[in-house]
Amino acid sequence: MQKLSLRDKIKEARISAADSFRGGKLMSSIFRPGSPFRKGYVDSPRNRSYVVMNNVLYHLHPVKVKRHGVRLSYTLCLGGLSFFLFIVLTITGIWLMFYFRPTELAYVDIQNLQTSIAFGSLVRNMHRWGAHLMVLVVFLHMSRVFYHGAYKAPREFNWVIGVILLLLTLLLSFTGYLLPWDQLAIWAVTVGGNMAGYTPVIGAQAKFGLFAGLEATTATLLRFYVLHVLFLPFIIVIFMAVHFWRVRKDGGISGPL
Amino acid sequence: MVDIPEHLLLRSAEARAKALGISVEQALAEMKGETEPTVVAKDPEIKVIDETPAPAAETPEAETPEAETPAPAAEKPAPAAETPAAETPAAETPAPEAEKPAPEAEKPAPAAEKTAPAASKTDTPEEVDFAPEVKVTQRLLTVVKAKPIQKPVAEPVDKVNTWPHLMLPEFVSLMAMTAFLILLSAILQAPLLEEANPNVTPNPAKAPWYFLGLQELLSYWDPQIAGVMIPLVLGVVLWMAFPYIDRNPETHPSKRKFAIMFYTFFLAGAGVLTIIGVLFRGPGWNWTYPWIDGIWFDDLLDWIHFE
Repeated sequence: MQKLSLRDKIKEARISAADSFRGGKLMSSIFRPGSPFRKGYVDSPRNRSYVVMNNVLYHLHPVKVKRHGVRLSYTLCLGGLSFFLFIVLTITGIWLMFYFRPTELAYVDIQNLQTSIAFGSLVRNMHRWGAHLMVLVVFLHMSRVFYHGAYKAPREFNWVIGVILLLLTLLLSFTGYLLPWDQLAIWAVTVGGNMAGYTPVIGAQAKFGLFAGLEATTATLLRFYVLHVLFLPFIIVIFMAVHFWRVRKDGGISGPL
Repeated sequence: MVDIPEHLLLRSAEARAKALGISVEQALAEMKGETEPTVVAKDPEIKVIDETPAPAAETPEAETPEAETPAPAAEKPAPAAETPAAETPAAETPAPEAEKPAPEAEKPAPAAEKTAPAASKTDTPEEVDFAPEVKVTQRLLTVVKAKPIQKPVAEPVDKVNTWPHLMLPEFVSLMAMTAFLILLSAILQAPLLEEANPNVTPNPAKAPWYFLGLQELLSYWDPQIAGVMIPLVLGVVLWMAFPYIDRNPETHPSKRKFAIMFYTFFLAGAGVLTIIGVLFRGPGWNWTYPWIDGIWFDDLLDWIHFE
């Protein structure tokens, strides 16, 4: 028998160590049966079902979906991308919160973020363009659903939730618009707030409530900040949960046409 | 023999007992083949169906012709059944049975007596004519298996496994979106103007782009209508109630032309208004051309440059 070189012996030991680690108690306690990360995963119909059933994240999906629904041209993945953009915005947003104070110092903080902090400019850009993209993608998702007639029975109520999600997305984007505290931000929000002031009967109160005063000040900044980072995400997550749940309860993807 | 459920057998026996005027136990015993059928013994003339002299079978003499020629009977059992002797109940048995009496033909009398009960026991009860004189009576014809009365409505749907057929394209589009977003963020700088100053109003002051269609509408009509009624009534209430207004169950575009037209009309309207608001409005909300007067929308400052 050929004598193994030291290099081969090390390689063999490494492979067997990796194998026993993957098949060990720790890994099998983390990954449930059917996980591709478990030792001995084979591509079988049973394991394909387990991948979805035994994973909390994949559990958004059913084990099986209608064949036409997996075609990229049917949904363009718009709903999934809306959700993904929300996650990206949450992650970048939390990162930005470390460097931002919703006070008179807000503008300085943004300047410092762009000039003095590693990746600060990139993450801020991602958050801003991602927000614009999310508004666009949510809107396109709604249009896709409309053109497929996917709002029809039994999915009527999920359409209503979807419209609420669109409005919440707009509100999130709008409240975030003020936070850089520059001329663009304050005057865009002033224009928007003045529109709310035209509401019949409660116009003045709506405007006062939005601005926390008669015009956009640092009090408005704090108000928008709390709405933007806490209140609206909280609400939108609840509605998203119902939205995703209803997608499955109403029979999964609509169609085929 | 098929196992007939006890309660069905009992019901059949009751009907038979009623028809023949015998006790249920007796009928039941007859049906199970434990005792000889009542009518066959009682009324031989009517029993004869194939019009052969039945009484001859019961006399020992009748066996003699066959007994005299034992060899042919043994060799050809089937033709033997055609002789009068074979008209005993034994004749109803299949051909192999007929071979049995043949060797015993030397002792004709006991043989004939033996065959009759032997036949009724080996025969299946279905072949025994229980009540030939009562032609209309209750009989167990068949046991019907339990089946659903209603047809299942659900059609089989062509489905594929989510993993990997759905999650792979999802993952790819997610990666593509991430790449696009990072690339966009690396190339385009988000705008940051000078610090907010409530005393200096920019001209024009524009809302975020998704509200610019509304701001454009505001320049045409009274703010109560353009700023509130249209977005609130049209944008929210009508939009949410749409599935409840559109009751047409069809989903194919060719069968819902009005709905498609309606949506496309508002989509185009909102799009045109937004584009006008973003690109074609300058100081004092006057009409400007972006290629002549430049862009008056700060979010786009870094995007497009016109010389």
